Amino acid sequence: MTEHTGRSAADAAAAAARDSHAQIVATLIRVTGDWTLAEDCAQESLVQALQRWPADGVPANPAGWLMTVARNRATDVLRRATVERRKLRELAALAPTDVAPPAGKEEVVDDRLRLIFTCCHPALALDARVALTLRTICGIPTADIARAFLVTESTMTRRLTRAKTKIADARIPYKVPSGPALAERLPGVLAVLYLLFTRGYDAGGEPAFADEAIRLVRLLDQLMPGQPEIAAQLALFLLQHSRRDARRDSGGDLVPLDRQDRARWDHAAIAEALGVLSRAGADGPYALQARIAACHATAPSFEATDWPAIATWYDALARRNPSPVVALNRAVAHGYAHGPAAGLALLAEARAGGALDGYPLAVAAEADLTARQGDPERAAALFRRAAAQTHAEPERRALLDRAADLSG
Amino acid sequence: MKYMMFVCTDTEPDTDKSAEPDIEVWVAENDASGRRLDGHQLASVSAATTVRVRDGELLVSDGPFAETKEVIVGYDLLECADLDEAIEVARTHPMARGGRIELRPFAVFD
Repeated sequence: MTEHTGRSAADAAAAAARDSHAQIVATLIRVTGDWTLAEDCAQESLVQALQRWPADGVPANPAGWLMTVARNRATDVLRRATVERRKLRELAALAPTDVAPPAGKEEVVDDRLRLIFTCCHPALALDARVALTLRTICGIPTADIARAFLVTESTMTRRLTRAKTKIADARIPYKVPSGPALAERLPGVLAVLYLLFTRGYDAGGEPAFADEAIRLVRLLDQLMPGQPEIAAQLALFLLQHSRRDARRDSGGDLVPLDRQDRARWDHAAIAEALGVLSRAGADGPYALQARIAACHATAPSFEATDWPAIATWYDALARRNPSPVVALNRAVAHGYAHGPAAGLALLAEARAGGALDGYPLAVAAEADLTARQGDPERAAALFRRAAAQTHAEPERRALLDRAADLSG
Repeated sequence: MKYMMFVCTDTEPDTDKSAEPDIEVWVAENDASGRRLDGHQLASVSAATTVRVRDGELLVSDGPFAETKEVIVGYDLLECADLDEAIEVARTHPMARGGRIELRPFAVFD
């Protein structure tokens, strides 16, 4: 046994566990109804794989091996706890290869889909939905989730426990809603995935969360084909994420879009996203955002960006999903498409009523438009004010750099 | 699964102008389906009385008159398969629009 083989086996175990975690947990929850047991058994199957695969070799069906170990573990625990015989019988009936649901039967619902809809149930607090999705579906350790939410691990453990207790006590069903209820509930699921993605994408976030969000929306797209907003969200994530290597410099500072090296964008991801986008709807909120992102992704340079098209998509988005942030981005887009004066006018509209007070990006946008209008002194002062309102260090430094450029 | 459905007023009722569902129809439908076991409108909070015992002493007082304008004005006891079914029952109650509905599951003892 060489060290190399051991490492390959460990890598294979980690990859197989990552791919089959949601399936194992989702199936064990359906059969046992015990969320914590399901998570523990999935974890145990990975631990055993890490111990045994380096010595015994990677099994032919890694996912099936993990499922069998997790199922056996659940059986042991339940037997010791002497719970109902029915659950044990159901566990025994799970074939070792019962990792994917049998094909061909329309009513068979993938357990992972049930798990996604249950974790994202609107009767749970939004933060709890995101945390539960990360913990239960993605298998992210509680400590990592706690760090991203800026709370202690014990606080996060309590939050997760409270969510699981509510699912049991209020009897939140373990099922995928059907009929009109599905159309009502799907946006809530996509909202959780979107938060998950931004938790990974934002400054100070956990980059791994963005990958998890993409994996989940990909899974959702595969399990619920023909839902245009799912495809749109997948396209949007792929497009945003395609810039991950270009949007930070070597010091970790944020590189604004106009200074990014477009050769470092992930062009394979962009090509995939454009293909996915052709399946997306035309007017859903994610479709509109994805089309905006696609305009950026396909522009040869910042200057050659199709700003009038982006401004039009933002007009549609502002009508469809009016929000202060959309209004701000719309003002910026119009500023590039139709001149800084047009942008400043829309920005003033967006800020009316104090909707964007204390929001540094609004000040930064005003600074940028003011600079392009030919008032560097006022623009520099605005960039410094935006920096003073910004808590994330890389963004703060980027704003101060802009101020310094204008003053110099 | 039993859910106690508290029917409450809300400071921000629905502004939708379309007609609210009829309470008589709601009661008849849910009685017929077996999802509504019991329920009643409550008299005004001005008729409420609070009872406490502290150190063996009976304390009876008028009220409570909470600061909030959101008060329980009625209840319905539901029997539903799960929370989604209870939500579907609650959404069609006229007070889901005129006020708000709180769903509280009965505690389950193993």
